[in-house]
Amino acid sequence: MVIIIRPKKRVTWNDIWEIWQYRELLYFFTWRDIKVKYKQTAIGITWAVFQPFMSMVVFSILFGHFGKIPSDGVPYPIFVFIGLLLWQFFTSSLTNASSSLISNQSIVTKVYFPRLVLPIASTLTNFVDFIISSFILICLMVYYQFLPNLTGLFILPLLLTITFMIAVGSGMILASINVKYRDVRYALPYFMQMLLFVTPVIYPPSIAGKYSWVLAINPMTGVIKAARSAILGTTPTNWLLLAISAIAGVLLILIGVIFFKKTERFFADVI
Amino acid sequence: MDPIIESKNISKKYNINHQRGGYISLREVLTNALKNPLRFLKKKVARVFSTKEEFWALQDINFKVKKGEAVGIIGPNGAGKSTLLKVLSQITPPTTGEIKIRGRIASLLEVGTGFHPELTGRENIFLNGAILGMPKIEIVRKFDDIVSFSGIEKFLDTPLKHYSSGMQVRLAFAVAAHMEPDILLIDEVLAVGDAEFQKKCLAKMNEIIKKDGRTILFVSHNLQAINQLCHRAILLKNGEIVKDGPTQEVLSEYANMGNTGSDEHGDLTSSRIRPRVGEVDTDLSWTKIKVLNSKGEESNNILFHDPFEIIFSGEAMKDCPHTVISLGLRVKSKAENDYIFMKTQVTDGFSDYIKKGINEFRVKFDINILAPKIYEVAICADGPKVFDWIPIATELNILNLGVQSDVLWRVNHQSGDLDYPCTWSINQPLSKI
Repeated sequence: MVIIIRPKKRVTWNDIWEIWQYRELLYFFTWRDIKVKYKQTAIGITWAVFQPFMSMVVFSILFGHFGKIPSDGVPYPIFVFIGLLLWQFFTSSLTNASSSLISNQSIVTKVYFPRLVLPIASTLTNFVDFIISSFILICLMVYYQFLPNLTGLFILPLLLTITFMIAVGSGMILASINVKYRDVRYALPYFMQMLLFVTPVIYPPSIAGKYSWVLAINPMTGVIKAARSAILGTTPTNWLLLAISAIAGVLLILIGVIFFKKTERFFADVI
Repeated sequence: MDPIIESKNISKKYNINHQRGGYISLREVLTNALKNPLRFLKKKVARVFSTKEEFWALQDINFKVKKGEAVGIIGPNGAGKSTLLKVLSQITPPTTGEIKIRGRIASLLEVGTGFHPELTGRENIFLNGAILGMPKIEIVRKFDDIVSFSGIEKFLDTPLKHYSSGMQVRLAFAVAAHMEPDILLIDEVLAVGDAEFQKKCLAKMNEIIKKDGRTILFVSHNLQAINQLCHRAILLKNGEIVKDGPTQEVLSEYANMGNTGSDEHGDLTSSRIRPRVGEVDTDLSWTKIKVLNSKGEESNNILFHDPFEIIFSGEAMKDCPHTVISLGLRVKSKAENDYIFMKTQVTDGFSDYIKKGINEFRVKFDINILAPKIYEVAICADGPKVFDWIPIATELNILNLGVQSDVLWRVNHQSGDLDYPCTWSINQPLSKI
C-alpha cells in the first residue's frame, strides 16, 4: 500500500471506494449520534414521536379545521402527516449534514478520514427518527381504516432514497460552505421554514391551480406527492414529477460530492 | 529496501489574513459595506494591491525514514513540527512537494480525539479506536488490554463526563497505545498526565519501538524522552530542517542554538501574557530578556550543571524610586504560583537605581543545581507607580545529555526540581574472605 500526498488531488472513484473502506467509522459516527441525541432529556426518544405528532395536531386544527384546506378527499390529519413525516426527515437531515463538519471540528483538525463520512453519518442518524415516527402513521391508518396500496408500498424505499440523496447532496454543499461562512447556520433554518410553504406538505399541489408547475421545481414535491399516492391510493402516482425528483436527487448528490471533495482538503486550515 | 516515508521538497504556506479574527461572516461583510461604503471599497482595493501576508510554516522539507526507525522531531515553538505531522497524516495538504508513504499510517496528534462526554468509557474506547483507524475486530481483541492499561475498570460504564481529566487522559492513551499501524505519528502527547503515568507511557512506547519494530515519528519538547526513545532526530527551525542525524548530535546542536525561547529575540515589548492590572499607568515596562550560557552565548538551552546568567531590561519613563524587582523560576506546567524561588531585590539603594531610560538587570547563577526540566522565567517590577509582571518572560531549558545509562541519577531526578550537589559515599561491612 502506497499513499502519495501531493498539493493537488483529483476526484476519482477511489474517493468513493475509500468511504466503503471507512464504513466502520461511518457506522460508529451514526451510532454515536443516535446514542447522544436524546441523552439527558427526560422523555428521551419520545421526542421523535412528539414533534411530528404535535405539528400534525396544530396543522390539522389550523389548516384542516379552520382553514378548510382541501386534502384530496382523505382526512386531513393523515394527509398532512405523510407530508410532515418526509419533510421532517428531509429538514433534519439537511440541517444536521450542513453542520456536521463544524460540530466535529476537533476531529477534523486532528485525524485523517474521508470527510464525506460526516455528512452521510449525520443524515443516516435521522432514519431512526423517521422509523419511530412512522408508527404514528400506522396508528393513524388503523384509526381512519386505510389499507395501504400494496404495489405503492414498494416505491416507499425508493422515495426514501431520493429524499436521502437530495438531503445529503445539498447537505454536502452547505457543509463545505459552512466551514468558511458560518452564515449557513443562521440562514438555513429560516430558509427551511420558507421552503415548507412552497412544498405541498400542508396543502395539495392542486391548490396552486395553473401555477402548480412552480412547485415541481422543488424536488421534494414529487416525493411527497408520490408518497401520498402510494400510501393512500386516492390519486394515481405522478411518474413525471417523481422522475424530476429522482434526477434532481442524483444531480445534487453528484454536485455535492464533487464540490465537497474539491474543498475538502482545506477544511482543517479554515475551519 | 525502499524507505517507508519519503518526503520531497515539502512546503506549506498559510495566508495569515485568513487566519486572523476567526471566521468570516457574510453579514459582517455586508453591514461593513453598507455602513461605510467608501472605507469598505478602499479596504478592498488596498487588499488587492497589497501583497498578501504569507507565512511559510514548512520550507523544502526533504527526508527519508526507513522501516523500524524511531525519529524524534525537535525545535523551538513555531518551528513547524506540528504542521509537518499534519501534512504527513493528510489532515492538511502541502503547498508544494510530494510525500510517498509505504504502509498503514496512524496519527496521534492529540489524546482522546473524538471522545464524547455523554458516552461511557466502554463506548468511548470503541468510538476513539474507530476514529484512530482501528478495525472493530482489533478493538474487541485488545479491549481487555486497553482497559487494564488505563486502570479504569471500575468506571467502564460511567459516562466520560464524570471522569477526572487524568482518567480521561489515561483512557485515551491506552486506546492509542494499542494501535498497530506500520507508521505512528505522535505529537507531544506525553505532556499530560502525572509522572507515574508518563513513565508508563514511555515504557509502552519503548516497547512499541524496540519489540514490534514499528516506525515512529515523535514530536516532543521533552528532550529526555526523545533521547531515550529515538536514535535519530530532526531539528526544525522556522520551517526548515537545521540538522538531521543521531539524536545526541542533534540535541547538542539544539542546545547550542541561540534564541530558542518562547518569544522571538527576547523582545518583551509586545508580550501578551502581561496582566495589566486596572488603570495603573506604569512608568516602567520590561523590554528584553535573554539567557546566556557559560560561554556567554545567548541560548535558552542550558546544559545540566552548567552556570548561566539571566539578563533582563526595562524602560523607565522617569526615575522610579522604591521599586521592587523580582525574578522567579517555575517548572513548566506547574501551578501558577508554584515557584521554585522568587528572588526579590528590596534594598533601597538598589531600587533608587531605576533611572529614566533603559535599566538592565543581570542575575548570575554560578552554581546550577536545577534538574533537567523546562522552566518558566517570571519577571516583575512593583512600586507606587510601577507595575509590570510577565509570568512567562522566557523559557529556560536545562538539558541533560548522555546520562542515559546512569540509573542512579535518573532515580534522583524524579524526586524534585533541584539537583542539589552532593557527594555520595557508602560504608559497607567487609565481607569475610
